[in-house]
Amino acid sequence: MASTEEIRADLAEIVNEVAGVDADDVQLDKSFVDDLDVDSLSMVEVVVAAEEKFGVTIPDDEVKNLKTVGDAVAYIERAQG
Amino acid sequence: MTAITGSTGAPHARIMGLGAYRPSRLVPNSEVVDAIDSSDEWIQQRSGIRTRRWAGPEESVQMMSVEASRIAIERSGLDVGQIDCVVVATVSHLLQTPAVATAIAHELGTDGAAAFDISAACSGFCHGIALASDIVRAGSARHVLVVGVERLTDILDLTDRGTAFIFADGAGAAVVGPSDTPGIGPVVWGSDGEQFDLIRQREDWRDVVGTDTTPGSGVMPHLTMQGNPVFRWASFAMAKIGQQALDTAGVSLDELDVFVPHQANMRIIDAMARSMKLPDTVRIARDVADQGNTSAASVPLALDRMIAEGEAKSGDTALLIAFGAGLSYAAQVVTVP
Repeated sequence: MASTEEIRADLAEIVNEVAGVDADDVQLDKSFVDDLDVDSLSMVEVVVAAEEKFGVTIPDDEVKNLKTVGDAVAYIERAQG
Repeated sequence: MTAITGSTGAPHARIMGLGAYRPSRLVPNSEVVDAIDSSDEWIQQRSGIRTRRWAGPEESVQMMSVEASRIAIERSGLDVGQIDCVVVATVSHLLQTPAVATAIAHELGTDGAAAFDISAACSGFCHGIALASDIVRAGSARHVLVVGVERLTDILDLTDRGTAFIFADGAGAAVVGPSDTPGIGPVVWGSDGEQFDLIRQREDWRDVVGTDTTPGSGVMPHLTMQGNPVFRWASFAMAKIGQQALDTAGVSLDELDVFVPHQANMRIIDAMARSMKLPDTVRIARDVADQGNTSAASVPLALDRMIAEGEAKSGDTALLIAFGAGLSYAAQVVTVP
C-alpha cells in the first residue's frame, strides 16, 4: 500500500509531465486551478494518467470535486483501499 | 433458382485527388469573445484556435461542396462524367430531403451519378472514404466523389461558451478510384451510443417548429457539447483507435509520414499525439488554429493544406482519424494523392 507521500510524489510527476508544473510545487494544500494553473482539460489528462498509474477509476462527475492536490490524493487512497 | 450475375470491382482503391473550399470571411477571436464573456487568450489556451472561417450568405453547403469537388475531380485527372457515385457527409444541410448529394452531382454535371448523404457528424468524411473504397472494390461504382461539408454557423449558439468559438464552415472533397495497389487501408470504425448526449443537436425539430407559420419565427435547434468528457474520449480512446488503424494496415509508427486527426481542438491533437507516442518525424495537421472545427470537412481541409504547404507529398503514408457526435469514429491509413 502506497503512503500518502508516495501517491503525492507520483501525482506530482504526472502534473509535471502534463502541465509543466514544477513537481515540488505540487503539495497537498495546493489548488490545481488557482495555485498550479492546471485548467480543466489538463486536469482530464492528469486524471487519465493517474487512473493508469494507480489502477483506479475516477469518473468525470468526480473530477470537479478534486479541487486540491490533497483531494486527489485522498480520492486515490480511498479508491485503492 | 435463377443465377444472378455478381459484380466485379477493382483490386484496390486509392484517393486520386483532393479539393477544398474555405469560406472567404476570416473571423478572429475578437469577434466572438463578447457574446461568450471570454478572451482571445482563453480561447487560444483552451483550443489553439486563433481564427475560424464562417460562410457568407452565398456560401451554401451546395456551393462550397461544388467548388471543392471541381478541384478534386480536376486534380484526379478525370472528366466529371467519370464520377458515378457521390457521397456527401454533413450534418448541417438544413433542407433534409432530398439529399444535397443529388443537387451537387447535378450541378457538377455528372451523368446521373448515384448520390446520397451520410450522417456521421465529425467522423463523416472518414466514413465516406471507407464506403467509397468498398464501393470501388465491390464494383458498384468506379469513381466515387466523397464530400465532407458543413455550415455549422447555421446551428451555432453564439452565446454558448462551450461551442461558439470552436465550430466553423467549409468543404473538402476527395475522388476515390481503382488502384493496382492498396491506397486506402482497412477502416477501424465504431460507435458508443451510450454517450449520445455528449455532442448533439439540442432540440428535436418537432419541438421547436411550434404552431406559428411565420418563417423564421421558431428557435433554431443548436449544437451542444460537453467539452471535458469529449476531450477525455477523443484524446485517449481515439489514440488507441488510431494505433489500431495503423496495425490493421500493417504500418508502423516509423513508416508513418503524416497524421491527420479531425481538427476538433489543438489540445486534443496534442494529447492524441502524446498518447500515441508519435515520432517527431511525423508531420501533424494543425489546421484548426486558423480554420476552427469544421466537423465533416476538417480532415480533407487539413490534408489539402498540408499538401499545398509541402508538409505532405504525393505517395506519403497518412493516418486519417475522425470522431465526434454519436459518439462515432472512423480511421484509416491512406496514401496521399
